[in-house]
Amino acid sequence: MEYKNKQKILRKKLLSLYFEANAGHIGCSLSCIDLLIALFEIKTVSERVILSKGHAAAALYTILNSTGEISDETLATFYKNGTKLSAHPSANLFTNIPFALGSLGHGFPIGCGIAYANKLQNNSENVYVLMSDGETNEGTTWEAAHFAVAKKLDNIVVLIDKNKLQGFGFTKDILGDTADINKWKSIGFDIIEEDGHDVEKLFSSINLLKNKKNGMPKLIIANTVKGKGVNFMENKMEWHYLPMNEDMYKKALSSVEENYA
Amino acid sequence: MRNEFSKKAEDIISSNPKTVFITGDLGYNALENIQKIAKERFINAGVAEQNMVGVAAGLAYKGFETFVYSIAPFAVFRCLEQIKIDVCIHNLPVYIVGNGGGYGYGIMGATHHAIEDIACLSPLPNMTCWVPAFKEDVAFCLNQITDQKKPAYLRLGLGKPYPAAIAISKINKIVASESPRITIIALGPVVHNVLEAIPENKNIDLFTILAIPLVKLSDELIKSLSETKKIIVIEEHVERGGLGEHLLSILAKMSIKNIEYVSLHAKGYPSKLYGNQAFHQKESGLDSENIRKEITKLLEV
Repeated sequence: MEYKNKQKILRKKLLSLYFEANAGHIGCSLSCIDLLIALFEIKTVSERVILSKGHAAAALYTILNSTGEISDETLATFYKNGTKLSAHPSANLFTNIPFALGSLGHGFPIGCGIAYANKLQNNSENVYVLMSDGETNEGTTWEAAHFAVAKKLDNIVVLIDKNKLQGFGFTKDILGDTADINKWKSIGFDIIEEDGHDVEKLFSSINLLKNKKNGMPKLIIANTVKGKGVNFMENKMEWHYLPMNEDMYKKALSSVEENYA
Repeated sequence: MRNEFSKKAEDIISSNPKTVFITGDLGYNALENIQKIAKERFINAGVAEQNMVGVAAGLAYKGFETFVYSIAPFAVFRCLEQIKIDVCIHNLPVYIVGNGGGYGYGIMGATHHAIEDIACLSPLPNMTCWVPAFKEDVAFCLNQITDQKKPAYLRLGLGKPYPAAIAISKINKIVASESPRITIIALGPVVHNVLEAIPENKNIDLFTILAIPLVKLSDELIKSLSETKKIIVIEEHVERGGLGEHLLSILAKMSIKNIEYVSLHAKGYPSKLYGNQAFHQKESGLDSENIRKEITKLLEV
């Protein structure tokens, strides 16, 4: 209940960004924005959230706008020439956008490096990596997964935005379920499978995992819906790519109003 | 040069607690001491080069200068995107160390050769490729790398000591002649083949270049080029993207005109046959006998 209003406001902001920019990747941003809401509630000032699924940059920009790191003026430049806000996050511009990401499979290894560094520095910081389920196709995901377990990185929390759709089809029809809980369990992750749109539950699950110093890396498999909150976009592959016309935008806004009333 | 490298790296790691050393599961009989000294700052990342470079970027982001070690082909090509994005775009102090550049791993075969590494890495943002030619160059390069604290690649090969001690810099004059007629510029330990080719030199100025991209030439080198107007570039690397092309792009912008230019470079596997490093050098015309022939030819021009 507490988060419903935030989920609505941020979704409407997100939709306006995409509408003004006439841009795609709406579905994948809507599927992970609730995960980002929870993560940015939890993370400390010095901790980092790595948006490895960089194509959902607009969701991150929207969150950072709500925290004050990205001003309204800057946010309005999204997708425009001369912007700091490219379709995928650019490097070296904002504290909470520490890396250029968008080629899938890069965020998890970097997160492992940060987690290892935190151990070397004897600090209690965690690092959070948000991946897409399509991204678990990448070989580096499995390299990093084994690394994290072997090096006992219990200070990394990986979240998989499992919306079951990827670039050109359903994950089950492409390489199968590479975000399957049993696969990740067998490697040695401490896992909670969770509704990826219930911010309260996510909040408590992430907190529960990050506080367990048991030598195991942590994983939230977040069951999500691509396009969540906009009825006509939900679970539709085309909303990975399509921009909205004015009519669609209006419909999308009222759908969000209804769903988060 | 592997021993020179590990000795110098041991010094760096023991004197600077903000360094980490990662290997891609290689380094038998070379890295044992580093492992002992670095303790938890030594990471064997397994046979997983892409993750290894991403991990290095994460460590560097948190303030650790990070060495990443493997044999040259594995340290460069598999993880090229990680080097480009994770390391170079963020301008992080990650130092890629590739052992056995060029045909260094000889009979191991094409999978183990790195003759396009400089071409792949030198255009990347913030990256400098360091190619020691003599044993003593290794420590010089590592000092430069750790002073600069930015992305670097160190290409190691089989180096010998300098014939006579010199003050090492990025461009070194190895042989000076009183009346130079040809300027030879060598990249890496293939310089030893040049030295073998010119035992009684009267007409050759020989230089080595240790850092690519080549930003500017030394006064000594410019003077030599202006006098000889004849250059032989020799490198155990393909012609495209190698030292020769870097040099030509600088020369094109300078006022030295009408230069005779010969490039001796790695030609891949022209006979489709395999052998040791010397065999592959000969196949590409990088052996001392062919170098001598090229010098004679160029003197006659």
